[in-house]
Amino acid sequence: MITVNALNRPVYTLRQKLWQIHWLFVLLLVAVAGIGFAMLYSAAGRSAGTGSFDPWASRQMVRFGVAMVIMVAVALTNIRLWLRYAYVIYLVMLVLLAAVEFGGTAGMGAQRWINLGFANLQPSELMKIALVLALARYFHGGSADDVRRPLFVVPPLLMVAAPSALVLRQPDLGTALMLIIAGGAIFFAAGVRMWKFAVVGAAAIGSVPVAWQFLREYQRTRVLSFLDPESDPLGAGYHIIQSKIALGSGGMFGRGFLQGSQSHLNFLPEKQTDFIFTLLAEEWGLAGGLTLLGLYVLLLAYGFAISLRSRNHFGRLVGMGVTTTFFLYVFINIAMVMGLIPVVGVPLPLISYGGTAMLTLLFGFGLLLGVYVHRDMVIGRRGAEEEI
Amino acid sequence: MHSDSDRQKVFSRRVAMLAGGKLVLLSALVGRMYYLQVIESARYATLAEENRINLRLLAPPRGRIVDRFGVPLAVNQQNYRVVLISEAAHDVEETLRLLGAIIPIGDGDKRRILRDVRRRRGFVPVTVRENLNWEEVARIEVNTPDLPGVMIDVGQSRHYPHGEATAHVLGYVAAVSEAELGGDPLLELPGFRIGKAGIEKVYDLALRGTGGSSQVEVNALGRVIREMRRREGQPGAEVTLTIDLELQKMVARRLAGESASAVVMDVHTGDVLAMASTPSFDPNAFNKGLSTEAWRELVSNPMAPLTNKAIRGQYAPGSTFKIVVALAALDKGAITPETTFFCPGFLKLGNATFHCWKRGGHGTVDLAKGITQSCDVYFYETARRTGINRIAAMARRFGFGRRLGLDLPGEQPGLVPTSDWKLATMDVPWQKGETLIIGIGQGYLLATPLQLAVMTARLVNGGFAVTPHLTRDMAAADGTTPRPRPASLGVAAPYLKTVREATTAVVNSLRGTAYKARIAEAGFEMGGKTGTVQVRRITKAERDAGVRKNKDLPWKDRDHAVFVGYAPVHAPRYAVAVLVEHGGGGSTVAAPIARDILLKAQRRDAARPPEAQRLTAVPGALAGRG
Repeated sequence: MITVNALNRPVYTLRQKLWQIHWLFVLLLVAVAGIGFAMLYSAAGRSAGTGSFDPWASRQMVRFGVAMVIMVAVALTNIRLWLRYAYVIYLVMLVLLAAVEFGGTAGMGAQRWINLGFANLQPSELMKIALVLALARYFHGGSADDVRRPLFVVPPLLMVAAPSALVLRQPDLGTALMLIIAGGAIFFAAGVRMWKFAVVGAAAIGSVPVAWQFLREYQRTRVLSFLDPESDPLGAGYHIIQSKIALGSGGMFGRGFLQGSQSHLNFLPEKQTDFIFTLLAEEWGLAGGLTLLGLYVLLLAYGFAISLRSRNHFGRLVGMGVTTTFFLYVFINIAMVMGLIPVVGVPLPLISYGGTAMLTLLFGFGLLLGVYVHRDMVIGRRGAEEEI
Repeated sequence: MHSDSDRQKVFSRRVAMLAGGKLVLLSALVGRMYYLQVIESARYATLAEENRINLRLLAPPRGRIVDRFGVPLAVNQQNYRVVLISEAAHDVEETLRLLGAIIPIGDGDKRRILRDVRRRRGFVPVTVRENLNWEEVARIEVNTPDLPGVMIDVGQSRHYPHGEATAHVLGYVAAVSEAELGGDPLLELPGFRIGKAGIEKVYDLALRGTGGSSQVEVNALGRVIREMRRREGQPGAEVTLTIDLELQKMVARRLAGESASAVVMDVHTGDVLAMASTPSFDPNAFNKGLSTEAWRELVSNPMAPLTNKAIRGQYAPGSTFKIVVALAALDKGAITPETTFFCPGFLKLGNATFHCWKRGGHGTVDLAKGITQSCDVYFYETARRTGINRIAAMARRFGFGRRLGLDLPGEQPGLVPTSDWKLATMDVPWQKGETLIIGIGQGYLLATPLQLAVMTARLVNGGFAVTPHLTRDMAAADGTTPRPRPASLGVAAPYLKTVREATTAVVNSLRGTAYKARIAEAGFEMGGKTGTVQVRRITKAERDAGVRKNKDLPWKDRDHAVFVGYAPVHAPRYAVAVLVEHGGGGSTVAAPIARDILLKAQRRDAARPPEAQRLTAVPGALAGRG
């Protein structure tokens, strides 16, 4: 087997590998992050016309730098290593998730994150990537025939269900939603039959009334206020109305950098985190919003292209999973800000202030870039057990 | 490797579908973005402006009210209050406890403060106590280092330095009621006060001024970020009254203890120099907010402290009305000054007997004697000859029976009955006997003390229809023309002279009813007419047994004492009307008060600064003063 592998696997030096990194993709990332820094600078302004690096933009830049290094390191790591340790990573994350979840009731307070020094890490965020890895490994190991067997999809279903349930308990509707949808997308890409999705979908719709019972009061108000935001303009509907006002007042070309009155006067809640898109849309208008969206579409397109280009199934599924997770961040955040879906608390990728999402995303992009670096590597279905 | 290419085919197909789905979803985002930012943009842009800019009203200082010499009667006083800003106070309850050790704070206040603190945002000051005195302010200031979030705030409140003496003329200000809202947004300011009575009410708009505004940029919590534009308001205009404060205070003092009213006016210009009604009330209390008990006390008092009796009290004028009856009779030719009647103490008309106040009668009486000694029989006969409608017409010329247009709210018109009036309102024809009763100023006849003063002024100013007023330059300030010279009443001068001389004799002849109240000082002599208004019916049985004296009657049944007077007799300048409710005889109770008032008015005249004297002389000359 070694010889076969030796024949099939091109061997690169580290320097050659660096050249293999999709640097255009990285450049796009930097461009989006740059927009983010500008927005955070504006958000910290105390009145119209002023901005400040403190407290958000400067710290976000440091985080981005650190995460970039991690991303490159991940990209250069042999993809077989990720394949081999996929389950281990998933299990560690699951344990951490359970620990912060149940630790909370055991007297550790409501601390749902682990301090890494430069950023606070929420296991639920990193779980998004770990789940992609684990599912990719599982489907990598199954043949096209295997995938058609109903029993074959039961273990991965449980792999999705376990962290989703833990996250829902927190309760973090947005993350649970992302885990389930990203998991579903991998199922779909792996070739699971359509009717199975129909069954699960029907079951999900059937369970809505049950789920409603489990929702916390504030989550119910969020859903209800989404359905009719004007009914309670100072209470639950406030977020949505104010962010719609910010967007609308931006118009075609916006009010200009640092001129957004909605955000600068604190009408916008959480303007530096989940609602930062409104700040962008207010100051740069439709033009700014479309520019950012265009950059996101380019990143997504490259993500898909990298996935399709990979010669190993694990790489394809990881690339697709990471791309879908990224898409979900973008779509859920912007749709929520524009009042298309309820407010669920998902940050805008690479723009919103916050270390965990940044690290999760760049870790994921590291894997995606790794898929690209190792695109010509062929890995057998049992590749995880092979020696590297 | 066969299976992998299978998987790859499925994968590629599925990924294409996923990518297509994502593209559709992203297109939805673009569509929504276009809708919000382009189609609905104008609407949201307006909403954003409204969010951001907050218009704050700045209350203008209320105009002062001063007397004819510029002495302030109503001013704005600095009102020190202590406020608490809860976000600056670490522990509100603890701070209140400490503050309570320095100035007294009631438990009710404490509850209100804690409630307000909970309801309002942290940076909105909550009033702890108002109207602090200087010592309390000092004590708080000294302790501020230990009282985080506690501040002294200065507001303005209306103050009437002469309190009760000027209350009925000035009125008072109080918080705006729900019904008065609308129109001026100033009225919605918390703590804004508007005129509720008197001059404060009549000239409220001028005194109020116009509000300034400050456009401020606020954040979502309502905290002011910066002021964008500021437009200063127009402070309220100063209102100058015709009142002479010194005289006013003297009149109020002189009436104190009685349920009475008095009006002093300039017979030529119509300037009201003093107008008082007792008992009075403290207008400052209304501004601070009256307690329920205090209010009930004011309202239920039988002497009606809140009513300005000088313009709202309507009384039968009694014998003072004989002036009008005499002029009506002379005007008709029903009598001449030389006509005499015999007074045996009563007059019989049909079955009815009409009594003179003097049981034994006055004997032979001519007009001068009839007025001087106030012979009732003389005027029964004179009225009978003149007829009710001629008397009514003369009464109207002298200002009875309608509002005189004084610039105070609530003036009453009084009542001058005619035969048509009686038929219309009671559906009963006029009786001859009723004319006789009118002849002595009783019956249906009703007049206010102000009307009595105006009657006197018109009698002695040469027969001009002067009208009373409390302000002089407001007319000019309004842009309207200065008051025209009053028109003539059209009463022949000899008749006026005859009656006037008779009223001079009322006070200055030995047999006159007010001789005891005369002014002995040369050059200051007054003339006038007494009146005693009966408020109950005297039965035949009582008349036979002897009419009871006033002091033996309950207060409510005693006669009203009236006196109208003027001075100086050689060139009348001041007219006065005094009415003491249930006071007894006009000659013994009302005339001495009128004497003191007229003496004071004339002495003030001599002491008055020359400039002011010039101003009061001719109303037409006032316009230039502004």
